Amino acid sequence: MTIDASWYLTLAAVLFTIGAVGVLVRRNVLVMFMCIELMLNAANLTFVTFSRELNDIGGQVAVFFVLVVAAAEVVVGLGIIVAIYRRRVGATADDPHELRG
Amino acid sequence: MGAGILATVSLPDLATFLVAGVIVVGGALGVVLGRNPVHAALSLVATLLGVAVLFVEEDAQFLAAVQVIVYTGAIVVLFLFVIMLLGVDRQERALVDQFRGQRYVAFGLGALVLAEVLLLGTGHWATGAHATTGALDRPLPNVTELGRAIFTTYLLPFEITSALLVVAVVAAVVLARRFGTGPEPATGESGDPAPDAGGGTGVHDR
Repeated sequence: MTIDASWYLTLAAVLFTIGAVGVLVRRNVLVMFMCIELMLNAANLTFVTFSRELNDIGGQVAVFFVLVVAAAEVVVGLGIIVAIYRRRVGATADDPHELRG
Repeated sequence: MGAGILATVSLPDLATFLVAGVIVVGGALGVVLGRNPVHAALSLVATLLGVAVLFVEEDAQFLAAVQVIVYTGAIVVLFLFVIMLLGVDRQERALVDQFRGQRYVAFGLGALVLAEVLLLGTGHWATGAHATTGALDRPLPNVTELGRAIFTTYLLPFEITSALLVVAVVAAVVLARRFGTGPEPATGESGDPAPDAGGGTGVHDR
């Protein structure tokens, strides 16, 4: 006998909420990005749970595509973050406020 | 209630779920609450591994392997790479909230989201048709089922995925180029100045 699906869904809800609150609370762009990954994982867990519950492989296929999209999203997002940081430091390197660390 | 749970659930399954669930939630809290971005990234690894264990528990072995390989092997390493590149000791900018009480509003919204998702998740509303694309209870391995579904029913999305990856690669290359719009420091970095903004003349000006 396996665990009931509602347990997994509850865990996924908790995980999604932690990720959402993290995006709203944290200021560090990288940590906000990690919180987005948390929310994606919560959605994946829900997909797999319903895949088992409804006896349908489509949920796992959806998780497969979510993984691919997440990888592409991380690549582009981190590229944007690096570009922003590089641009800002290059533009305000003379500002003592920036140099304070 | 404990006896009732053990009557319907085997003890190894229950123990696996509880341990993995604690790891998942603890890692997620570590991501949100950790001050150091490196610690947040390592907590993210814990969460992802816990989710992989839950995937195995739910008979999605291929996805568990891919989760470990892609997420903890590639994505988190990319995160750590960027953290190291940008400097781990960089303080968070704008520690003051953007508007008064943002934190409390965020927690309120989080509670609201949790209540709503719990209501949606635990209610048995997902009672649609079963097994429209591929039944899981056939005696086939998980990889066989998944591969058959991807390469037959979901072939077109799979092909479009390749276009997405190409777009992501092109975007990464474009973002990594240096656009000579601002007065950039003339360090000895290997990137060539962008040709469209007169980077060559900028070098002569300096």
